[in-house]
Amino acid sequence: MMFVPASNAGMLRDAYIYGADSIMFDLEDSISLKEKDTSRFLVYQAVKTIDYGNTETVVRINGLDMGGVDDVHAMVRAGIQVIRLPKTETAQDVLDTEAVIEEAERQCGREIGSTKMMAAIEGPVGVLNALSIAKSSKRLIGIALGAEDYVTSMKTKRYPERNSDEIFFARSMIVHAARAVGIAALDTVFSDVNDSDTLRKETEFIRQLGFDGKSVINPRQIPIVNSVFTPTEKEIKNAIDIMHAIEDAEAKGSGVIALNGKMIDKPIVERALRTLALAEAAGVYKKGE
Amino acid sequence: MQKFNIEKQAIAGTLESSDLQIIIDKNDGKGIEIELKSSVENQYGRRIREVLRSTLANLGVDDAKLTVVDKGALDCTIIARTIAVVHRAADATKKIDWEGLESWNV
Amino acid sequence: MARNQAGREIPGKYADQFGTFEGQFARRHEYKRASGEVISVHPSESKLLGSIREAIEKTGLKDGMTVSFHHHFREGDEVLNMVMAEIAAMGIKNLTLASSSIANVHEPIIEHIKNGVITNITSSGLRDKVGAAISHGIMENPVVIRSHGGRARAIETGEIHIDVAFLGAPSSDDYGNSNGSHGKATCGSLGYAKIDAEYADKVVIITDNLVPYPNTPVSIPQNHVDYVVQVNSIGDPDGIAKGATRITTNPKDLLIAENACKIITASPYYKEGFSFQAGTGGSTLAVARYLAEAMRKDEIKASFALGGLTGHMCEMLEEGLIEKVIDTQSFDRGAIESMKNNENHYEISASFYANPGNKGAAVNKLDIVVLSALEIDTDFNVNVMTGSDGIIRGASGGHSDTAAGSKLSLILTPLIRGRIPTIVENVNTIITPGESVDVVVTEIGIAINPKRQDLIEAFKNLPVAQYTIEELQKKAYAVVGVPDPIVYDEKVVALIEYRDGSLIDVVRKVRD
Repeated sequence: MMFVPASNAGMLRDAYIYGADSIMFDLEDSISLKEKDTSRFLVYQAVKTIDYGNTETVVRINGLDMGGVDDVHAMVRAGIQVIRLPKTETAQDVLDTEAVIEEAERQCGREIGSTKMMAAIEGPVGVLNALSIAKSSKRLIGIALGAEDYVTSMKTKRYPERNSDEIFFARSMIVHAARAVGIAALDTVFSDVNDSDTLRKETEFIRQLGFDGKSVINPRQIPIVNSVFTPTEKEIKNAIDIMHAIEDAEAKGSGVIALNGKMIDKPIVERALRTLALAEAAGVYKKGE
Repeated sequence: MQKFNIEKQAIAGTLESSDLQIIIDKNDGKGIEIELKSSVENQYGRRIREVLRSTLANLGVDDAKLTVVDKGALDCTIIARTIAVVHRAADATKKIDWEGLESWNV
Repeated sequence: MARNQAGREIPGKYADQFGTFEGQFARRHEYKRASGEVISVHPSESKLLGSIREAIEKTGLKDGMTVSFHHHFREGDEVLNMVMAEIAAMGIKNLTLASSSIANVHEPIIEHIKNGVITNITSSGLRDKVGAAISHGIMENPVVIRSHGGRARAIETGEIHIDVAFLGAPSSDDYGNSNGSHGKATCGSLGYAKIDAEYADKVVIITDNLVPYPNTPVSIPQNHVDYVVQVNSIGDPDGIAKGATRITTNPKDLLIAENACKIITASPYYKEGFSFQAGTGGSTLAVARYLAEAMRKDEIKASFALGGLTGHMCEMLEEGLIEKVIDTQSFDRGAIESMKNNENHYEISASFYANPGNKGAAVNKLDIVVLSALEIDTDFNVNVMTGSDGIIRGASGGHSDTAAGSKLSLILTPLIRGRIPTIVENVNTIITPGESVDVVVTEIGIAINPKRQDLIEAFKNLPVAQYTIEELQKKAYAVVGVPDPIVYDEKVVALIEYRDGSLIDVVRKVRD
């Protein structure tokens, strides 16, 4: 997910060409108070007019009492696909926003429920409430960690060079909550645009934890994140072998399936299917090859 | 129909590439006057003026003086900046009439 | 009015004089080479003169003559302005300026035009202020724009007769042996100057670095030189050559470069011993980096690179990815150092590089070239000369030469620049005809010239989106809106001579 500040007319136009899976237009922290109104109109008009192709469009709104209500009304009418809430602390925060979204959908005749939501968790209360936040609404397609505000509230700071231990618990809570409910888990941004190595290490780590993706702030970061999440040739081959072994066993009517001396049971099959799905989404594998 | 009255001078937009900056002033009884400086005057000057005028018309603004500096903004940016500057000039930024905007802004 | 094969109207007077463009290889040139006058020099005689003024006097420069300069010093040049100022002060008028190109730093030319010192110009390019002035009609006679190869052809056939060539040289001895690789303000190759030195009646070497005889290496040999003048400075070293041309970090340009590299590596020409020419900035240079990665991975070496060279290409030479580099113009310190130190980095003249009228130029042997464009139209014609506002601001350069000579030509461009579509229905000015252009590469995808069915076949499974050129143009217009056409007056301000001497287009005065 690539962050694009909503005040930049040039970036609004070009954001979709860089291969990010989704673009997040930010009306919140990257926009000064003076320019909240103009930026809102800018994104509103842009999303109405510009064809972003297959890229998912997301907007990060302000808190409901800080202009978020107008943000929702504008963006639901503009046709945004997902609304991302900042600083979500409780399930009620989600429900309050959902109410505004539904009102806007009703008023403009947009299919009720068509506007999805994402919750960004950026503080200790939100982290501890991760599960109830994740369960709160059918519109919620994912939860994300916003680490900068989180570490400030925790009275510490970011230590990317020390493997970011200070946000380990927050990451764990979020990925667990997401998996328990069956929605996506997104990791926080990596601010040093010039440090590709640490970005790669961090992305590999969060993939290891089970996250579905990571937010980026610059197009240059996209290929690195994509390459970590794209299955390798070896992983794909292994997954194909597993699927073939299943097919063979079914044909023979045998109950237990083994490949290379290892038993293949349900979790292994599920992982293989997931690998192939990811590979297909990344464009490196076509079913039937 | 929406109707906005220009109460005071207002400004919206930046001088960055792909953007435009609009300064709007009262112009009571004298209609719409546009002073435009554009990096793409020859190719799009006419179109920019057209979009400015039609957006003002849709917002029900009959009298206004616009000073515009354009750095290659697309139509959607021109429309957005015009809507924004009119809201600011009409002191209407606190209560935005989305239905009204949607009635003409397809 | 005559309509040429590219569909452009050429006024009768010029059509008769030059002929009209009928195809990239329509003309085969058969002629006797022109030559310059010679007055022999005896053993006791010195070629060293005390000042520019003395040189102008001794060469016998008179009203109506043709003077020439090279543009190897780019925006750091001081020679042209210095010499023209002296010529103007001496009251000489009505000259033809046959500089290989004209940079922004040559703004004083505008005054010389207004004062009647210069009444005709032939050049590869006219940058910003000079170009704008000419587009607004300050000259009576149209400027003749020639490509690098075309200028060489015109000189060798005698269409351009240079009376006096004033050639800046980073180093020279007292007899005129000059090179561009040694000195205070170096420029590397002196490819454009070599031809002037060979064919002009009088050759004046202007240097700020007089060295003991004999100066080697020899780019311009003593037997072609009449006079040598030492001055304080021939140019600003940093304006002549940057430290290192930086590879762009602009994500859009990088995306275009990546797409271009995919095309190159999927083409039938990408194999051991292939040859290529990259650009000198933006996406056309970034391609070199991606190509180098691919060449390392595939263990493929290029037999040669042609240029227009930058340090990056020379690093590939150092690394052994490229066997040899043949250089008509060195753009940065890296390239200059390489020419000085690497025996596989070879200097060539503009004629050797691209002259379609000689016995075979280097571009004829080129496999792949990567070029840029200001505009491209739905017939694949390319404009690198006039902006979308119709004002002259670019240069013909080696564009049409390399596009015609190479087996695969790629034009790299963003779909839109700001609010200006780069893919249009009709370009303002044609420099390179569509038949020379094989693939257009943008950040959203590519368009292959339908004339190249072989490439369409070869790129069938390429992981890059493919469109027709019309689709790209429609996409561009859909984003920015349809631009109003530029309004021109009747007056012709520039003639675009195709490399073979015919007229491919004209530029008219922009209406004020």
